[in-house]
Amino acid sequence: MSAKNMHINVYERNWMIFSAIMLVLFATAVSVAAFGMGIQVPAPEQRVDPRTVATDPNSPWSNPGLREVSPGRYDAYILAHAIPNWEYLPKEITVPVGSRVSFYVTSSDVQHGFNIQNTNANFMVLPGQVSKLTITFKNPGTYNFICTEYCGVGHGVMYGAIIVTP
Amino acid sequence: MKQYQLSTGEKKFIGSHLLVAILALAVGSLFGPLQAFEHAGWDFYPYLKPFIKSYYQGLTVHGVLNALVWTTFFIMGFLTFNVTFALKRPLKNPTLNKVGFWLMVVGVVAAAIPILANEATVLFTFYPPLKANWAFYVGLTLVVVGSWVEGWGLFMTFAGWRKENPNVRSPFVAFASILTALLWQICTLGVAVEILTMLLPWSLGLIEGVDPQLARTYFWFTGHPLVYFWLLPAYISWYAMLPKQAGNGKMFSDSLARLSFWIFLVLSTPLGFHHQYVDPGVPPVWKFIHSMLTFGVFFPSMMTAFTVVASLEHAGRKQGGKGALAWIGKLNWSDPSVAAQLLAGILFFFGGIGGLTNASYNVNLVLHNTAFIPGHFHLTVATAVTLSFMGISYWLLPYLTGRKLWNPKWAVAQAWTWFIGMIIFSNAMHIVGLLGAPRRVPLGLAPYVPAEWNSRLFQVGVGGAILFVSGALYLTVMLKTALNKEKVTEEVEVPMAEAMQDPALTPDWLDRWAPWIYGSLALIVLVYGPVLFDMIKNIALTSPGFRVW
Repeated sequence: MSAKNMHINVYERNWMIFSAIMLVLFATAVSVAAFGMGIQVPAPEQRVDPRTVATDPNSPWSNPGLREVSPGRYDAYILAHAIPNWEYLPKEITVPVGSRVSFYVTSSDVQHGFNIQNTNANFMVLPGQVSKLTITFKNPGTYNFICTEYCGVGHGVMYGAIIVTP
Repeated sequence: MKQYQLSTGEKKFIGSHLLVAILALAVGSLFGPLQAFEHAGWDFYPYLKPFIKSYYQGLTVHGVLNALVWTTFFIMGFLTFNVTFALKRPLKNPTLNKVGFWLMVVGVVAAAIPILANEATVLFTFYPPLKANWAFYVGLTLVVVGSWVEGWGLFMTFAGWRKENPNVRSPFVAFASILTALLWQICTLGVAVEILTMLLPWSLGLIEGVDPQLARTYFWFTGHPLVYFWLLPAYISWYAMLPKQAGNGKMFSDSLARLSFWIFLVLSTPLGFHHQYVDPGVPPVWKFIHSMLTFGVFFPSMMTAFTVVASLEHAGRKQGGKGALAWIGKLNWSDPSVAAQLLAGILFFFGGIGGLTNASYNVNLVLHNTAFIPGHFHLTVATAVTLSFMGISYWLLPYLTGRKLWNPKWAVAQAWTWFIGMIIFSNAMHIVGLLGAPRRVPLGLAPYVPAEWNSRLFQVGVGGAILFVSGALYLTVMLKTALNKEKVTEEVEVPMAEAMQDPALTPDWLDRWAPWIYGSLALIVLVYGPVLFDMIKNIALTSPGFRVW
């Protein structure tokens, strides 16, 4: 055991420098998107008791649905459940184009997912936790939201829709 | 020079690992194509009803047997071979290793019973509050504990060698194998805590509920380094064996190979949140820190790409290869072991790009739990790892049994069909995932599938069909080899590529364990400690179990 310094071939050294630069570029791009452009991932919002979240009259998910908080701004409380028949409540939401909607989604049983097709809204729905994400619907149309986590044999039929009217 | 001889008993012991691994692969791989066929609209599951109740029971069998059992058994066998062969000494305490092996076997059986009885249709991620029969959790625990015990046997063997050879550079293959076993010991703490403190007592009725967010966090503490536990044995072969097989080449750099393995040890655990970017209960700042560390672990992968390709180029030029790329043609493509591993390496390139994409924090919003993810890991674990292991078995089985590889041409065809089938399958999965298709869904039946997905889902089925043929070819070659009456004349030569530079010139700090181990534990405490502390402090065991299959 004599050597102290590592011998690095010149090509390999250049390759490592190239790799490092590339990683810095990627990290910068991701950071700019996250902190400069505000494309963010979900953050802890609220914790609930999954055993009572769908029934407790004080829980917004005992009466899930859309609430208009100010003109063009909505809160959508959505309950995901596998029991009895793998669905979201409500199954359908209608908002006018240009609406900014904050989704508050939780589960009263197993883990689910929530993916609004053709948008950046895509997150896990866990019992005991509330997942929140806000998006603006700039184009009219029907946006399906579908379950993206295995939640039992009915997982493949679990979906709903947001209808954005012109 | 005559190569070091393993005893018949040692060969049998390593061979038993291969046997369990290949049996698991045989059963598990039956279901992979069934999933793919279902996507294309050819659903065979109704015909399996007497045995397999649902698509998801099949998916559970596929995931558990292929991703957990095939890999773990093959790896423990291969590491045992590597350590004993490279150190030129028997196991320090063979009984300990045998105990470990049998614990793993009992564990597989214990987990298989509820899975086959449709009492554990929870997929290989077993996210609570899906609640499986307790035997499933006991089985998983025994597999993990058994692999620990086998690991301890390997550490003792290495320590015994080190004691007698205090001033010698450890052989790379032994070093890297010990490091892989060590990584496994560290990272499986997560899943061990998950099962022992929550899932097992819960499934036995001792506690009422679980905390699903905390369970996911424990799971992914293990879940990502698990990927490196799969990959590193393939890397060992690519670094230190494949160049020799491909054309008598040498390993380009012993010191950088070791450095990259150390970085894998340090960085592969403290980044599990990149599987939880869209979890509600994890603060984004920690998600971001883990994403940056994930970028960090890309660095040793890039080093690996360089060293492996440079070593292969050395082999190719030695065989008279010329030009910038033409040397590739001079590699020993007619050897099925070489063909399989080269093709595995090519697809891993794309798997790596996809992995970096997944890891990119907010980019994950468009990919999370879409078909892109299984598309990705079928390039990594199901090709880079699995096809490499198949390639390794093409020399290892003849070596262990003394029987000739049956029909090497079929084995070469197996490698190519896997490669082609996986390109078709995986490409289609990536694209349909980007279009929004979720993973883990029988898409042939899902009510929301738009017409634009259909052509891709058809390709998923075609890829699955080719992979089915390839899997059948592999099992045929293995079975026929194990029963082959034609013996090898001399013991099969174990491919060991020397390093270009004398490993004695590798700096000391790359052959010392303590600082790296402390470093990796410290980093884990730093980037997992605060979050786990908070989660455990605020634990809410409020989720009762559900059986929704």
